[in-house]
Amino acid sequence: MSTAVSQTWYMTQRQLMVFVRQPAYAIITLIQPVIWLFLFGNLFKEVVELGGFGTTSYLDYLVPGVVVMSALSSNMWAGMTTLDEIQRGTLNRFLTTPVSRAALMNGNVVNNGLVTALQSVIIVLLGLLGGADYPGGIGGIAVLVLASVLLGTVFGALSNALGMLVRERESIIGINTFLLLPLTFLSSAFMAPSQMPSWMRHIADFNPLNWAMVAGRSAMSADPDRGVVLGRGGALLALAVAAVWLSIRTFRSYQRSV
Amino acid sequence: MNTRAPAIEARQLIKTYPGDATALSGMDLAVEPGTVFGLLGPNGSGKSTTVKILTTLARPDSGSATVAGHDVLRHPDRVRRAIGVVAQSSGADPVATGRENLRLQGRLYGLKGAALDRRVDELLDRFTLTDAARRQAKGYSGGMRRRLDVALGLVHRPEVLFLDEPTTGLDPQARTAMWDEIGRLAGEECLTILLTTHYLEEADRLAERIAVVDRGRIVVEGTPDSLKGELRGDAVHLELREAVQDAGRTLLTGALRGLPGVHEVLVDGRRVSVRADDGGAAVPALLAALERAGVGVATATVARPSLDDVYLRYAGRRYAEVDGADGLTLAGGVR
Repeated sequence: MSTAVSQTWYMTQRQLMVFVRQPAYAIITLIQPVIWLFLFGNLFKEVVELGGFGTTSYLDYLVPGVVVMSALSSNMWAGMTTLDEIQRGTLNRFLTTPVSRAALMNGNVVNNGLVTALQSVIIVLLGLLGGADYPGGIGGIAVLVLASVLLGTVFGALSNALGMLVRERESIIGINTFLLLPLTFLSSAFMAPSQMPSWMRHIADFNPLNWAMVAGRSAMSADPDRGVVLGRGGALLALAVAAVWLSIRTFRSYQRSV
Repeated sequence: MNTRAPAIEARQLIKTYPGDATALSGMDLAVEPGTVFGLLGPNGSGKSTTVKILTTLARPDSGSATVAGHDVLRHPDRVRRAIGVVAQSSGADPVATGRENLRLQGRLYGLKGAALDRRVDELLDRFTLTDAARRQAKGYSGGMRRRLDVALGLVHRPEVLFLDEPTTGLDPQARTAMWDEIGRLAGEECLTILLTTHYLEEADRLAERIAVVDRGRIVVEGTPDSLKGELRGDAVHLELREAVQDAGRTLLTGALRGLPGVHEVLVDGRRVSVRADDGGAAVPALLAALERAGVGVATATVARPSLDDVYLRYAGRRYAEVDGADGLTLAGGVR
């Protein structure tokens, strides 16, 4: 294993340990989506009769929405962890060792990706338990999980960059609270695009959250559209790479301010 | 005398933080290999900024520095391999055990396998953490955590160790234990240690050479004894019943300075600090002079020169005042 890869793995292990050894945190991360699934599943049950959902069961439609929304809401807090590490002195300790800056940030990315994947699979399984149907099979589910991991990476990396730049909890809390619901409702999370007002639909086209949902839903349908899956998935990948690059760059500006 | 190149050398370091006052205003530093060098100064004097630059964490606006022969700006990676850093908050992972913390730190320097195991066991043993090795660091006492921090800085056997305020926040017992440990470190392994502290007593006890830092630069440097020796005679501190204002202050300073055997006089509010050849003999004359001036005296103390006096002399301020509310500093430093 090359140094950069092994260092990334050490950093990932370190973070996974936090997830595993703090069961309360792990359970909350995993339980919150269940509540969404249950609440929205019951609240909007009948809306599927309006048509345009591509299914007769609202749960089928809802599962990818909740998977992606949960990927967003758990990753957008990544900056809080980084902030903790700055305040505790952990980040500075690592920065004075020969560890590569990319490994530091990528450890975060891989850890968040693994947690997001686990969370996504659990939601999909819970959906199955509740009677949801996934005609796209395992392949479709894998695309959904991958798309949600990419989306999580985008927002996780941005949140980390924000944490290092502003170094205030309040800013992260403020921005997250401001973004979570609008981003979710300006997407096809709960409502079929054909039922949305046209201006909302146009905004949703530019919403990365929506890209992940569209790609996932298409892959999970009986008749996946490769163009849609690859197009949206590719855009998410490009965005994720850009966000991670940006967050690694942020180390420099952080170091100017220490 | 050691003829080798300095283990740490800084030339004219200048650093200004955005929106802040200047942190470093021309820091020059040279530390001989294998010695303990103390940077002494109150909070905000520039000690920590200096350490951050020397440990490649921050970049100076101008100036240059080498550590273990490597340029901190041009070859930060080489510097990082040669140094161990124990910062004020070293941030051991609270969720990880002591052993896991040490193992990870070792791996970052490329240690692995049996060599890593051996080194970790050795450090756990040396810092009496073997019994706590399997416990998460969040359950450690302040002293244990600090010992773990120092052990983390030593995993890869660095040439130069930076200890940034190693005993701040420790109870007296843990502090004494840490001093003993640092003293042992200094004796072994031909390690160069740069120690920053705002405890005068700590610098006096541990460092072979001391530099007093004030407002981002070094105001005086030397061995603790030579610094104290440069101060002639004893320090006499008088506390007045009432503060003396501007005109009275000049008058009083002049009157006291004229007394035989009295060298330096500093009147500051209710405090009068005097340097005298023989403190005991000067007190009656001082009291008489103050009585003539109509100024009541509450207390008078005579002290042998301490680093506190060194600071007062070269920084022109009393140490405890600059350092704010930290009463321990003065208590630890005056005598």
